[in-house]
Amino acid sequence: MAKVIGAVVVDAEVCKGCNLCVVSCPTQTLGLNRDVNSKGYHYSYMENPESCIGCSNCSSVCPDSCITVYRLKVE
Amino acid sequence: MSEIAERLKSIIRPENQVYKKSSVLNDVTMHYCPGCSHGVVHKLIADVIEELGIQDQTIGVSPVGCAVFAYNYIDIDWSEAAHGRAPAVATGIKRIMPEKTVFTYQGDGDLAAIGTAETMHAVNRGENIVMIFINNAIYGMTGGQMAPTTLLGQVTSTTPYGRNVDLNGYPLKITELIAQLPGAAYVTRQSVHTAGAVRKARKAIKKAFELSQKNIGTCFVEVVSTCNSGWKMTPVESNDWMVKQMFPLFPLGDLKDGGKEATEPFQMKG
Amino acid sequence: MGELRLMKGNEVIAEAAIRCGCDGYFGYPITPQSEVMESLMAQRPWETTGMVVLQAESEIASIHMVYGAAGCGKRVMTSSSSPGISLMAEGISYIAGSELPCVIVNVQRGGPGLGTIQPSQADYNQATKGGGHGDYSLLVLAPSSVQEMNDFVGLGFELAFKYRNPVMILADGVIGQMMEKVELMDQQPRWSDQQLKEITGSWATSGKSKDRNKHVITSLEMDSHIMEENNLRLQAKYQRMKEEDVRYELIDCEDAEYVLVAFGCAARICQKTVQLARAKGYKVGLLRPITLFPFPERVIAEMAPKIKGFLTVEFNAGQMVNDVKLAANGQTKVEYFGRMGGILPSPDEVEKALHQKLIGG
Repeated sequence: MAKVIGAVVVDAEVCKGCNLCVVSCPTQTLGLNRDVNSKGYHYSYMENPESCIGCSNCSSVCPDSCITVYRLKVE
Repeated sequence: MSEIAERLKSIIRPENQVYKKSSVLNDVTMHYCPGCSHGVVHKLIADVIEELGIQDQTIGVSPVGCAVFAYNYIDIDWSEAAHGRAPAVATGIKRIMPEKTVFTYQGDGDLAAIGTAETMHAVNRGENIVMIFINNAIYGMTGGQMAPTTLLGQVTSTTPYGRNVDLNGYPLKITELIAQLPGAAYVTRQSVHTAGAVRKARKAIKKAFELSQKNIGTCFVEVVSTCNSGWKMTPVESNDWMVKQMFPLFPLGDLKDGGKEATEPFQMKG
Repeated sequence: MGELRLMKGNEVIAEAAIRCGCDGYFGYPITPQSEVMESLMAQRPWETTGMVVLQAESEIASIHMVYGAAGCGKRVMTSSSSPGISLMAEGISYIAGSELPCVIVNVQRGGPGLGTIQPSQADYNQATKGGGHGDYSLLVLAPSSVQEMNDFVGLGFELAFKYRNPVMILADGVIGQMMEKVELMDQQPRWSDQQLKEITGSWATSGKSKDRNKHVITSLEMDSHIMEENNLRLQAKYQRMKEEDVRYELIDCEDAEYVLVAFGCAARICQKTVQLARAKGYKVGLLRPITLFPFPERVIAEMAPKIKGFLTVEFNAGQMVNDVKLAANGQTKVEYFGRMGGILPSPDEVEKALHQKLIGG
C-alpha cells in the first residue's frame, strides 16, 4: 500500500514564530526552534521530520507565507 | 549523510512541491504582527488572482488601518483610499474601467464605522466589486480601541472596563445588514483559523472574484479575524478566543447567494 | 465659429464636460449648482461619448469616486457648492497628495455653516490656501462669464494633466445661475486607449501588465526623508505654476491711478464702475485675476509703485485683499470693499467706496 511522506521548508528569516503552524500540524512534525532568526523570532522548523505527511495545513494557516511543502508517494 | 537527511533530500524536489507561496505575493516580509490574520487573507487573495489569471486586470483598494500597506505585498495595481472611503474609490475605478476586476480590503473600523455610508451605498447600487471585510473586533493600528464590532464586555483601550451597551451601544453586525440589500450578489462570513477554515475562505474569495466578473452585484466576504496584539493574547490563544467569543455573534457561513435582486418589486406601478 | 447658444452657467459646465471628452462626472446635488448633474443626466452622455455620470450618496463619496477614477488616468470631475466643498476637503487633500489630475467646480454660496444659497465669494481662502489638511495648493480658475464657464472646463483638464494636480473652477451663484450667449466647442473624442497609455501610462492604475511594475496611488509615506522630498516636489510644482500659468485681465490700467482688483462676478460690476469713474475724469482701471492660485503677484508688484492705490472688491469679508497687500508689499495703499450674505453691490456703490477709501472726498 502506498504511503505518503512529506517535508516542509521554512524560510527562517521570514518566519515570526507565531506558532500557528505548530498547532495546526496533525502529526506533531513542527516545533519552534530554540535558536532565533536575525529579528529575534524563534522560527518554526521540523522537530520530527520523519512524521511529516506533507498535508499543507501548516502552509495554509501561515500568515507570512514562509512555508513550502513537498509530498511524495512511496510504495 | 544521515538517514533523515537522505530522506529529506529525496522529498524536497521541485516535482514533489505541493505548496509554494503565490508569485502574485511579493518577496517582502509583511509588517504585520506574528500570527496576524491579514497575512493569511492577503495570501488567499494573491492565490485566487494567480489561479484566475487576472493579475493584469485587477485593481485593489487598500484601507486606512494596518492593511494600508496591502499594496506592498500583493503585486497588482492599487489605490490607497482615505479611511472608510474604499467603496467610493472602488466605485470610481469600476465605473470608469468596467472591464477590470476591482476589490476593496477593509477592516471593521474602516468599513463599519467611518465608512458605513460608503459601504451601504456601494452595495445598494450593486457595484460590481468585491469587498473583503476583516472583522477583528478592534482598531489594530491605532492601538486597540473599541471598534463597531467589539463585543459587549470586551476590554479595549477605550473600553478599559469592557464595552458597555449604555455607553457604547451594541456590536454592529454589518454583514447581516449588507445581506439585506438588493444590490448584494454574494455575502458570506468566513475565518482563517484552521487549515479547513482557510480552504473554505479561499473558495469563498475565489467565488467572489469569479462572480464579480459576471457583473451581477456586489460580492462581500467577511473574514472573522484575530488581532492578537490588540487583544493582548498569543496568536494561538487569539484563535481560541475568536472561536469561543466571536463565532456565536458572528456565525460562519453564506448569508446570501445568487446575484442581485430582480427589479420588479421595486418598480413604480402603472 | 463654434455653435452659439443661450445657456445657464451650470448647464454650460455639463455641456463643456461632454464636448471636451471628459470620461466621468461624480456629484451630489446642492444649490446653486444642481443643474450641472441634472443637465448631464438629461443628456445621457454614456450613450454617446461613453462618459460616466453618477450621483453619489454624499460629497464625500463623490470626491473619492473622483480619486479612484482619476487614479486610472482618466479625465474626471465633480462639482458642488461651498458646504459640499468643505465635505470634499479630505478627498481633495488626498488627490493633491497623490498628485492626481481632476477638475472640481465650486459654485460658491454664502457661509459660514449652512449660510445662504445666495451667491458669494467667501471660499477664496479655502480655495487658494489648500482648504484641507497638509501643504498643498489647487490651481484655481475664476470665471466671470458663462463663456469662461465653458472655456475653463477644457483649460482645467489641460492644466490638471500638465501638473498632475487638482484644478478648481471657483465660480459663484451668479455665474452659475445666469444665462448668457456662449460659443461652444466642437465635440472632442475621449482619449483613446493609445492616448491614455502615452499620457498616463507611467502611473495610472490600469492593471499591472507583465512588462511593468505595479502602480500604487497613495499619499502615504512613512519615511520622513522621502515624505519631505514629496512635499518639496509639490512645492516645486506650485512654483512652476507661478512661473508658467498666471492668468489675469487688465482693463484700462495703462494710465490708471487707482486700480480695482476683483474676480468672478465682482469683476463684472467693477467693469461698469471703471466706466462711471472714467466718465467723471478719474483714472481708474481694473485688474481681474483669472487664476487665483497662482495669484498675479508680479503684475501687482509692478503696478504698486506707479499708482495711488488698489481697492479689492470681493463678496466676502476681505480675503483676496491680503494677497494683494502681500504682492504690493507696502508700496501703495491697499483697501477692501465688499458685501456679504448674498448681496451684490451696484457699480455706483463700488464707486462710492472707491472715493471713500482711496480717492477721498
